[in-house]
Amino acid sequence: MNKKQIIILGGGTAGNIFSHKLVKSLNTDEWEITVIDRSPIHYYQPGFLFIPFGIYRPEDVVKNKSELLHPNVNQVFSEIDRIVPQENNVYLENGSALKYDYLIISTGVDIAPDEVEGMKGDLWGLQVFDFYSFDGAVSLQMAMKNFKGGNLVVHVTEMPIKCPVAPLEFAFLSDYYFKRNGYRPEVNIHYVTPLPEAFTKPEAAKVFGNFLLNKNIKIHTDFNIAAVDNENKNIISWDEREIPFDLLVTVPTNMGSEFIGRSGMGDELNLMPTNQATLKARNFDNIFVAGDATDIPTSKAGSVIHYQAEVIVQNLISKIKNNPLNAKFDGHTNCFIETGNEKAILIDFDYENDPTRGRFPIHGLGPMSLLKETRINHLGKMAFKWLYWNRIIKGKDIPFSS
Amino acid sequence: MPEYIEKVKFDDEGYLENHEHWSEDLAKTMAEEEGIYDLTSRHLEVIYAIRGEFAEKGEAPTLRRLTKVHGFPTKELYQLFPGGPGKKAARIAGVKKPHGCI
Ligand SMILES: Cc1cc2nc3c(=O)[nH]c(=O)nc-3n(C[C@H](O)[C@H](O)[C@H](O)COP(=O)(O)OP(=O)(O)OC[C@H]3O[C@@H](n4cnc5c(N)ncnc54)[C@H](O)[C@@H]3O)c2cc1C
Repeated sequence: MNKKQIIILGGGTAGNIFSHKLVKSLNTDEWEITVIDRSPIHYYQPGFLFIPFGIYRPEDVVKNKSELLHPNVNQVFSEIDRIVPQENNVYLENGSALKYDYLIISTGVDIAPDEVEGMKGDLWGLQVFDFYSFDGAVSLQMAMKNFKGGNLVVHVTEMPIKCPVAPLEFAFLSDYYFKRNGYRPEVNIHYVTPLPEAFTKPEAAKVFGNFLLNKNIKIHTDFNIAAVDNENKNIISWDEREIPFDLLVTVPTNMGSEFIGRSGMGDELNLMPTNQATLKARNFDNIFVAGDATDIPTSKAGSVIHYQAEVIVQNLISKIKNNPLNAKFDGHTNCFIETGNEKAILIDFDYENDPTRGRFPIHGLGPMSLLKETRINHLGKMAFKWLYWNRIIKGKDIPFSS
Repeated sequence: MPEYIEKVKFDDEGYLENHEHWSEDLAKTMAEEEGIYDLTSRHLEVIYAIRGEFAEKGEAPTLRRLTKVHGFPTKELYQLFPGGPGKKAARIAGVKKPHGCI
């Protein structure tokens, strides 16, 4: 008997989780599961934040995908060229086709610096950096080390971005870094955002706004970048404001994978239109979408995927049995935000509920304070790496589940 | 205040509560509140694009969508709606404030 095929596109955080969960939930005599990814290396992306400050070394954030994916899934390492949903085929770069009965798209988002004029200009890699890619984070470490004064501009190009708190954390950690190495009086830190305040959620925005103020970081809001002027070392907004930089650390536009656009399936950011409750692709009946690749209104974060995965597995099984899709994702997100000084904040919210103050019982780690800067939250953030490698991407429970 | 404005309701931030209560006359008045005294046919093209998408999706398009999907160059949008085309144009178009993202 020919086995039925489930193909998982992308073997990142989500792809890994599904490789483990599906092997456990489906009869592997009946189902064959395949993961396709362009690269054999898995990056622990939350660790990219810490590399520029020398807190993590590059080797702390890389592992081989083949060690992490479940051994009972097929691993194909190739660039995905396109999906032809009418044929139920995925085409690879070399032209070969793989047929699927069900597809899970989890190809994430990546930086697209070419979207802004001049961003990838002469100063890219010299005075203009990103920390959302491994290469960016690693080369920024030297630039931070050599920076002895002037304007450090931490900049967000356009929303949505994955881990929307990471640029704030970068600003906070920069303050701490330059205080420790003694250059803080010479370094002006600017935080530049297209949002009207420091963060998307008003309650949390207030808290972060105060942190910026207390750390003497100047915030520039509603800044929609039009161009990076490499000659005069400015960033320029569409309403013609200019901010000079000596070191620009930018989060470029985050876009879904290009093949989604090539397949004619995505929106203007190559994100997949996805039902926010069932996580099924809105226009396709045998396709589910997980993680950063969706267009749903929740944060793009590893912890979110952990909550999504169970919903997708249940709904996939319902779909296979021709039952209604009853499992619903509630938008649950939580994350730790490093604030410097070896402290951190924890926020937790979903589609309905904004982040609130309070305490949050975390199994094994004790109660963590929400929206309050504490040392225990910092330890939680640091423990996240272990949780990520050992539990999250293996599809196991994590102590945050509530 | 003209009668057509008295009847309609606005939320705390000045956005129309029901997009069906919108009219071009109302748009003119709201545009003036935003400092736009000459609401041209080009303004209206943008406004109708926003209204069309809102009716379909329940959400105003982002600036990127106005540019990439509806074909209005960003530069021009800033000229038409100085300061903040996303929010201003949505208000004048009588739809809910764009959420922004999370
Ligand atoms: C700086 C930074 C800090 C972060 N901090 C946190 C944090 O503190 N907490 C948290 O929960 N999350 C954090 N995140 C976010 C988290 O890393 C992502 O949300 C998560 O990894 C997304 O998982 P995913 O499976 O959707 O995508 P990814 O893990 O990005 O995987 C996508 C995979 O698809 C593959 N792929 C894409 N296109 C193709 C193609 N055409 N052909 C073949 N393969 C392809 C890629 O190679 C990749 O392996 C952070 C991210 C960054 C960048």
